[in-house]
Amino acid sequence: MLDFLQRLGRNNLARLSALGRAGIFFFQALMHVPSVQSIPLFVKQLYAIGVLSLIIIVVSGLFIGMVLGLQGYYILVAYGSEQAVGQMIALTLVRELGPVVTALLFAGRAGSALTAEIGLMKATEQLSSLEMMGVDPLKHVIAPRLLAGFVAMPLLACIFSAVGVWGGMMVSVDWLGVYDGSFWGNMQAAVDFRQDIVNGVIKSLVFGVVCTWIAVFQGYDLVPTSEGISNATTKTVVYSSLSVLGLDFVLTAVMFGDL
Amino acid sequence: MPDAIAKIDPGNFVEIRGLSFSRGDRLIYDNIDIDIPKGKITAVMGPSGTGKTTLLRLIGGQLKPDAGTINVNGQLVNRLKRKELYLLRERLGMLFQSGALFSDLTVYENVAFPLRVHTDLPEPMIRDLVLMKLHAVGLRGARDLMPSELSGGMARRAALARAIALDPDMVMYDEPFTGQDPIAMAVVVKLIRSLNEALGLTSIVVSHDIQESLSITDHLIIVAEGRVMGQGAPEELREVGSEFVKQFLLGLPDGPVAFQYPATDIAQDFLQESGDLQAQGDSKESPHA
Repeated sequence: MLDFLQRLGRNNLARLSALGRAGIFFFQALMHVPSVQSIPLFVKQLYAIGVLSLIIIVVSGLFIGMVLGLQGYYILVAYGSEQAVGQMIALTLVRELGPVVTALLFAGRAGSALTAEIGLMKATEQLSSLEMMGVDPLKHVIAPRLLAGFVAMPLLACIFSAVGVWGGMMVSVDWLGVYDGSFWGNMQAAVDFRQDIVNGVIKSLVFGVVCTWIAVFQGYDLVPTSEGISNATTKTVVYSSLSVLGLDFVLTAVMFGDL
Repeated sequence: MPDAIAKIDPGNFVEIRGLSFSRGDRLIYDNIDIDIPKGKITAVMGPSGTGKTTLLRLIGGQLKPDAGTINVNGQLVNRLKRKELYLLRERLGMLFQSGALFSDLTVYENVAFPLRVHTDLPEPMIRDLVLMKLHAVGLRGARDLMPSELSGGMARRAALARAIALDPDMVMYDEPFTGQDPIAMAVVVKLIRSLNEALGLTSIVVSHDIQESLSITDHLIIVAEGRVMGQGAPEELREVGSEFVKQFLLGLPDGPVAFQYPATDIAQDFLQESGDLQAQGDSKESPHA
């Protein structure tokens, strides 16, 4: 019993101190963000994190939109209101699936890569050698990656939603024969720019901050062994996914509930 | 920051006073004093796991001591602010055991990296400097290779070129001879010696390769068990050093450093084990009884 309590206390203390380290790390890295020198580094990271994630985002968005079109049509046609399928697809994607699924895919695709890359840089003493050269790794390695993640996630989520709507249209309009005037008309009438699109972008921005922060911190803080790197990549994906889903509930309650 | 500035003996580049450092419960250094003379090659030697690399990290300010001061060229490393520490490090070079080249840059870009970050030199001048440094380590022709295409010895030489790119005052070598074939080892030995003379450097070589280190070193420091076992000129230490120093320098398997890891009495150990097995055997048999 005493052993159990001791273990519980030790684990919780370790978690709390990791949280503290993560906080300090985040603010120290953010203090370095605005500098002219880091623009090429930022662009390079934006390519690695954003552009290289495009394929998985576009393909997933397309299929999710197509499935939404199919499912929506079959449910709505029973009530004779299949013209509403457009607004259903658009609202589902813009409010929820766009930001959330993009963040989950991002954590798996870019987050794990960030953790492994930074972890290997630590294991091969590249971070140490930067420090000994008088170059702050927070400025040179971490800050551009964080910023690129913040920028890439909302853009990816927008692309995901747009491709999803297009996929939904292909299925419901081109294939199942919903009248395209009502498909687009209902969508335009139902989707509000501030309420739906801006809130969706805010969500994805929050997810972008959280996922990138978790990924770079796990890489920076890991034990530099092969086991440490594999643990840290797993943690990145698990923590990011759980935080995204938990935060999504909170954000949805604040944005769309009457709180 | 005035309290980070301290007096230093003009003959020394680094002065360590009363340094204590521990990792978890393990005491790595217990109140040690070390002098690194200016313009010379100092070898820090000792058995594996005594914290020789830790000493380099303490000097470079990557680790903070629990007690004591580390004075590098008149600046107390452990009291410098983050920014001042990074400024000081521009004057220090360090060669890591693995080389630690940036794996996404070519050899040329690796050597150019510190120049690009810390200076505003025009590109043609950076090119000249990089080629000079690469020529000094014999890798001018390998400038377009990626680090993954280099052998271990070449990677270390490329890293050395990077470490001296900014013409530092001191270069710290972390185990430069480990894992090198005899030719590569001879090349590194020659490079450390010739760079020290040509650039007027102060060098610290951390190693446990006795022959190679002794062949180039002017000043020898032997650390073990958290203490400095001896420091001075190599010949001097060989003559008047303690039993431990002699054992280490001659590479004897047994002596003050025992061959056996500390253990209980051997007879007791064997008897106890057979007693335990007996007891286990008895308890296994008991259900059938």
